[in-house]
Parts: sequence; structure tokens; C-alpha cells
Amino acid sequence: MNIFYLLIGVSLFGALVFLVLFIWAVKDKQFDDDKTPPIRMLFDDEPAEEKENDTTEVK
Amino acid sequence: MEDQKVIYDNKTVKLFILATLVWGIVGVLVGIVIALQLRFPAFNFGLEFTTFGRVRPVHTNAIIFAFVGNAIFAGVYYSMQRLLKTRMFSDLLSKFHFWGWQLIIVLAAVTLLLGFTTSKEYAELEWPIDILIALVWVAFGVNMIGTTVIRRVQHIYAAIWWYIATFVGVAILHIVNSFELPISLFKSYSLYAGAQDAVVQWWYGHNAVAFFLTTPFLGLMYYYLPKAAERPIYSYKLSIIHFWSLIFLYMWAGPHHLLYQALPDWTQALGVTFSVMLIAPSWGGMINGLLTLRGAWDKVRDKAELKFLVVAVTAYGMSTFEGPMMSIKFVNQLTHFTDWTIAHVHIAGMAWNGGIVFGMLYWMVPKLFRTKLYSEKLANAHFWIATLGILIYAIPLYWSAITQWLMLREYTPEGFLAYPNFLETLTQILPMYTFRIIGGTMFLIGFFLMVFNLAKTMKAGSMVAQEEAYAPVLVELGARDPKKESMHRFLERRSVRFSVIAFIVLAIGGAVEIIPMTFVKSNVPTIEAVKPYTPLELAGRDLYVSEGCYNCHSQMVRPFRWETDRYGEYSKIGEFVYDHPFQWGSRRTGPDLARAGVIGGPMYKNAAWHYNHFMDPQKMNEQSIMPKYPWLAEKNIDLDIIPAKIRAMKKLGVPYPEGFDKIAVDDLKKQAAVIVADLKASGITADPGKQIIAMIAYMHKLGRDISTPAASDSANAPAKVVVESLPNTPADLTAGKEIFGKLCASCHGPEGKGLATFPNLTDDEWIHGNTPTDVVNTITNGYPVKGMLPFKNQLTEQQIKQVASFTLNGLKK
Repeated sequence: MNIFYLLIGVSLFGALVFLVLFIWAVKDKQFDDDKTPPIRMLFDDEPAEEKENDTTEVK
Repeated sequence: MEDQKVIYDNKTVKLFILATLVWGIVGVLVGIVIALQLRFPAFNFGLEFTTFGRVRPVHTNAIIFAFVGNAIFAGVYYSMQRLLKTRMFSDLLSKFHFWGWQLIIVLAAVTLLLGFTTSKEYAELEWPIDILIALVWVAFGVNMIGTTVIRRVQHIYAAIWWYIATFVGVAILHIVNSFELPISLFKSYSLYAGAQDAVVQWWYGHNAVAFFLTTPFLGLMYYYLPKAAERPIYSYKLSIIHFWSLIFLYMWAGPHHLLYQALPDWTQALGVTFSVMLIAPSWGGMINGLLTLRGAWDKVRDKAELKFLVVAVTAYGMSTFEGPMMSIKFVNQLTHFTDWTIAHVHIAGMAWNGGIVFGMLYWMVPKLFRTKLYSEKLANAHFWIATLGILIYAIPLYWSAITQWLMLREYTPEGFLAYPNFLETLTQILPMYTFRIIGGTMFLIGFFLMVFNLAKTMKAGSMVAQEEAYAPVLVELGARDPKKESMHRFLERRSVRFSVIAFIVLAIGGAVEIIPMTFVKSNVPTIEAVKPYTPLELAGRDLYVSEGCYNCHSQMVRPFRWETDRYGEYSKIGEFVYDHPFQWGSRRTGPDLARAGVIGGPMYKNAAWHYNHFMDPQKMNEQSIMPKYPWLAEKNIDLDIIPAKIRAMKKLGVPYPEGFDKIAVDDLKKQAAVIVADLKASGITADPGKQIIAMIAYMHKLGRDISTPAASDSANAPAKVVVESLPNTPADLTAGKEIFGKLCASCHGPEGKGLATFPNLTDDEWIHGNTPTDVVNTITNGYPVKGMLPFKNQLTEQQIKQVASFTLNGLKK
């Protein structure tokens, strides 16, 4: 059972590392350009000759 | 800048789509066959190749690797080329991938039906096929990562992160779980033993769910849902966070398949903790999927593909909430070994995986064939019939699980199990199995509608096998400018580095659990009394594996009173150190067998009973749904391979004496002769060289080493109770009759006229006497070695007197 004290300590430390990592990631603007990739993927699959007929609308 | 011409490979996509449709129908059809087998044992067809134990792995493998596998590849090959604006890296690899995968599927179906299996769930295939899988999988990975390298867009879209994680994850899992020592072309022993084997297997098993049924499907969701809804994914931020946290956390969750079982507490605790944490990233995916439809819900009304995708994502949310709940130890008492798990996986499999596949196909096939879907109405019909089918399948099984669990743990006011005969708890839930057949059939009907609809669509349109498109050349951005680009953004345009980091994140969880289990000795305390299997027992064990007995019988008594009363002493880690592979099982359609060899224990049956039961289970228990195994008495034990098996086990660390392999066959024959003599005493003539003898030997090995010797000689026999007279009122006789029907009829027949070698109670011949004292003592203490069970732990003194009274006075002479 003693192993649980170690496990709790390790878990708390692990959780703290992830929390710090997450806060750092947000502050460091890791998640900032979140517009272009999801929108770009919508536009790329029409066959070449039908490109003009593409009426895909994105609001 | 001049655009470059790109030629998309549509042919491979089409091949994968066709394979998805064919194997999907096969997989569901086989599922309906095994559902019928569980309801009506006649559907085992009396052939060794078609028993439930062999067909069930065909169903699971066909659905996971053939249907879902081909669908993943179709979706990946279509979306990757378009997302990266390039053809797949290598046509040769694409071809090898497709045909190699189909070959694996055919080999799997054939070998599983022939009884070649490792018995590790969803990894049953034997070592030559394992090697082939590894080769094809690596071809897929090289093809995919190669494609990311030759791409024409700067950043790799989120869907492809999931594809990469799928490749890396499955590669790690498959290789680590498949370490086995070959004995012949079709037989190998797992390198791990007992609890270690269990930890590795369920780390694999759970992450087969994660990296074959979840991550590729999240990838498909990230592509096909925005495409079908014509809306960008709700939050790209969320996709970054939930990607990394999901792939990291999943790899730790495996031990939740082994709660309360013979596993160190710390492993179980880790499994539970990480399973509960998994709600967060899983729901990240669900939220991202559902919120993508903000402002587009009107489209769901009109398009069947969106209906399927919505139900899929919703089912994903439900299953990923249910899963963590099932991983909580207390809840797991109920859900493990019952139909709850079956219902859970079918909600996930049919609604989440099925839904994404159906939605994807309804969207992709018309696109690929440059036409409209043949019939939107038919697709809607498919949607409703499939969705209702899923509910009709799953809800009765949840009901069945609760019913069976409540019955198994029900005690009488006197403190005995209320339903000591396991079969009672099974016959109670059989009506639910009828609903399962109906639900599955509805799902299949829907599937046929889709195949018809898509075939018509394909016929109406025309696919360009080599589709032309134009895309600008990729200008390499080079090193990262910390001011302009975040690290993750940078990583999104460095696919090889991305794959390596994904590998590291994925490897941590498994390493933390598996390495200490394998190398720290204190995790597996040994038990002095546990001896290696004799050659005959080993031959029997290999037959047990080959027949797929583990599909219905567990060998794992959990430490609950209602399990130890029913089966015997709870299971301990040290019992399994010679088990390559482990046979703990995951669903009890039949009773646990871990204590089948404990003489005097509640699960013990003598050789004659086993013989008759293998030959015809319904003769022993009319309502039993176990298939008959008459070929066990016809087929010979393969003696030629015995020395090789002993040598292999010795190599794996089983302490057989030096040179034992040379005398192993003699040892086997000696032990077989003893069993044959035992059968002879019960009036059965058996050939010592037949497989049934080995099976009986194995049954009698189970749990024997850790049990204390039973009171078989008169010196240790419990004192006789003297009974003057038996209760004789009509009420007593009625009570006695009821008990007789429940407990005695399975051996002595419903009318007491005896079954097979079990004595007739209505004639004048009484082996142990027919005075009240004799009969009461026979029932109380039994004659375990002869096959008469003791009932003192199942019945009160009063009940024993009642059933004795019924036996003497109530049975028709």
C-alpha cells in the first residue's frame, strides 16, 4: 500500500506539469491561428473543370 | 505562380470502398449467426468449424479489421490526397496495402475457423499472419508519411494528425502484444505469462479500441463532417488540445479490463484513474463535432449522411461517458463478465463507427462518381432502420446484464445463493437474446439498402480513376521564426517530427504499466504449490484455446462473496505463472471454470460428467446453450508436437526437469490411462489417445494446485448426522421438488431416472443407502470424487431434509 503515497505524489506532480504546460501554451499563443486551416480544407475537393460551379458558402 | 498538375488516385479509394461493403455484410451476417447460436444452440450446426467459440472471433475480427479497417483506408486515401494536394506517395505501396490487407482478412477467416488462434481477443491470429499484418501496416505508414512529405500545402490539417497517431499507435500495440514463441506454423505460445500476459493483452485490447476504432474515426470526422455540413470545424484550438491529451491518456487505460482480478492494485488504480480522465479529451471531440453543425442543423433534416454523422458523434459522446463509468471499480462488478460490455461495444461499434462509415460513404461515393446519390429516401430509410436496430439490439442487453448480475448476487434469507445453478441466470436472459437477433437483422437490412443505393449511384455516375487537379508548388518556409509562428504551428508543417513526438507521447503509458509488470518480481508473487501443466494437461489446455472456450468461460474468480460461494477460492496472481497465454476470459456466458478441478468444491464434476457433457451438454442440462463437442472423442491428441511444446515452455521459463521433453509422451499416456480407468469405473469406454481425455485432464487441473485435499477417505470424512425421520407434509414435498428441479435434475434427470452415468434414484439400487440418515448425509457432504456434489453450502438443513424426503417419497417409482 505504501506505493500509493508515491503514486499520489507522482500524480500531483504530473498534473502540475500538465497545468503549467497548458498555461504556457495558451500564453505563448500556441493555439492562435485557428481560422485558416479549418476553412481552407473546405475548398479543395472540386474537380478542376468544375471549379467555377463551386457554390460552397462559408459564413 | 504556375499551378502544378496533381493526379489523384481514385482507383485505390474505390477498391477500399468495395471491400468495406463486402466485408461489412460478411461481418454483420456472422454476427447474426453467433447471436442465433446463443439463443438456439442448433445454429452451431454440429460442426467443429462452426461452434460459437470459433465463429465469435471471426465476427469481431471481420467487423474491426475487415469492415472498419477498409473503411478507414478508403477515407484516409480519399481525404489525404485532397488535403495535401498530392497523389499518394507510392502506387506500389497502395496496391500492396490493399491486396495485402484483403489477403490477411481471408487468412484470418480460414485459420480462425480451423481453430488456429492465440486466444488473445482481437489479436487471435497466429504468428505468420501477425508478421504479414506488421508488413502491410508498415507499408501503409510509409505510404502515408511519404505523402505528407511530398505535399503541396504548408500545414497538415488536424484530420491527418489522427491518421498519423493511428499508424504509430497500432504499430506499437501490434508488435508488443504479438511477441510469441512459434512451435509450428500454426501454433505459438505468448512470451508473457499469466498476469503479465493479461496486462499486455488488455493494454492492446483497449487501445485497439483507441487506435483502430477511435483515432482514425476522429480523423474521418474532422474531414467528412465539415465537408458534409459545409462548415469549418468548430474549434481548431480544441482539436490541438484534445488530440494530444487523448492519445497520451488512452494508452494507460487498459487495466480497467482487469478490475478485481489477479493484478497488482497499483495497475488497477492507474487504469481506473486514466479511464476517468479520458472523458475530457473524448468529449472534446464530441463537442467539436456537434458544434460544427451550429447554424447548419437544417441540413441535417435533408441529408442522410449528416444524420448518420450526428448520431455517430452523439453515440461517441455517450460511449465515452459510459466507458469511464464502467471503469469505476464498483460499477465494473456489474458490467464486467455480463452483457453490459457487449451492449457498450455495440453502441460504439454500430452507431459511432458504423455511423461515420455510412455518413462518409453517402457523401464520398456521389463525389467520387460525379453524380447525385441514387435515392435520398432510401438513405433515410437506412438511417432509421439502422438506428432503431441499434436500440433494439442494445437496450435488452443492458437489461440482461442487470438481471443476470442481480440474480448472481442474490442470497436467500438463510444466507445461501438464491440461484446456485448458473444456468438459471442464463435462461432468464435468453428472451433478451431474441431481441438482439432482431436488432442485428434490422442493422443488416439497412446495410443492404445502402449497398443497393450506392451500387445504383456508382452505375449512374462515372469515376475518373486518375483525377486531375491543380495546386501551387509548396514553398518551403524553413526554420521557425519564433515571433511569427508558434511551436505547434511549426510542428504542423514538420510531419516526420510530428510522428516521432506522437510516438513518444504514445509509448509512455504502456511503458509505465508493462515494464514493471514484466521485470519487477514483487508484482507477481509466486505460490509454491502451483505446478507446471503435465503434458496431457498442456495438450488439453491448447485444445481449450483452440476451441475458443475463453469466449464463454472465464477463469477468474473475483473476491466477492457471491463469486467465492459459487465458484470457490478467489484467483491469485501466483496461480497463473505458467499460463502462456492467460485464459481469464471477458464474458461469462457459461460459468467460471477457475475452480473446476477443486475436488469437493462447488464447481467440481467427475470425469464421467465431463465426458457426457462434452459429448452432449443438452443431455446433462436441457436448457444449456453450449455446443456439442463429439469430435473431441474422435480426434487424436497430436503426440508428435508434445516434445516441442515442452521445450518451448521450458524456454519460456516453465521449470520442467531436464530431458522431460523426451519422456513427455510416456507421461501423457500414463495420465491418460488413469482417466480412462476412472471413466471405465463409471461405465464409459474411452480411447486414451483421444482429445476428450486431455480436456478432462485440463478441467481437473484448474484450481487443483491451490486447493486443500478433499475429505476423500473415511478418516477425514465429516461426521454423519443421524436423522430419524423426514418432513413429509405436501408443502415440504413441494419445496423438495422445486429444489430437486433446480439442483439435482441436471445430473439425475428431471424425474430422477438418472442421466448417462448418474444413478437412477427411482429404482431399488442405492449405492450409498436409502435410510433418511444415508440420504441426508449423501446430499450434505456428497461423494465428490465420484461426482456427487456436497450441498451443505447451498441448502439449509431443513431444505436438505425436504429434498431428501422428495427423493425418497416424491419421485415416481
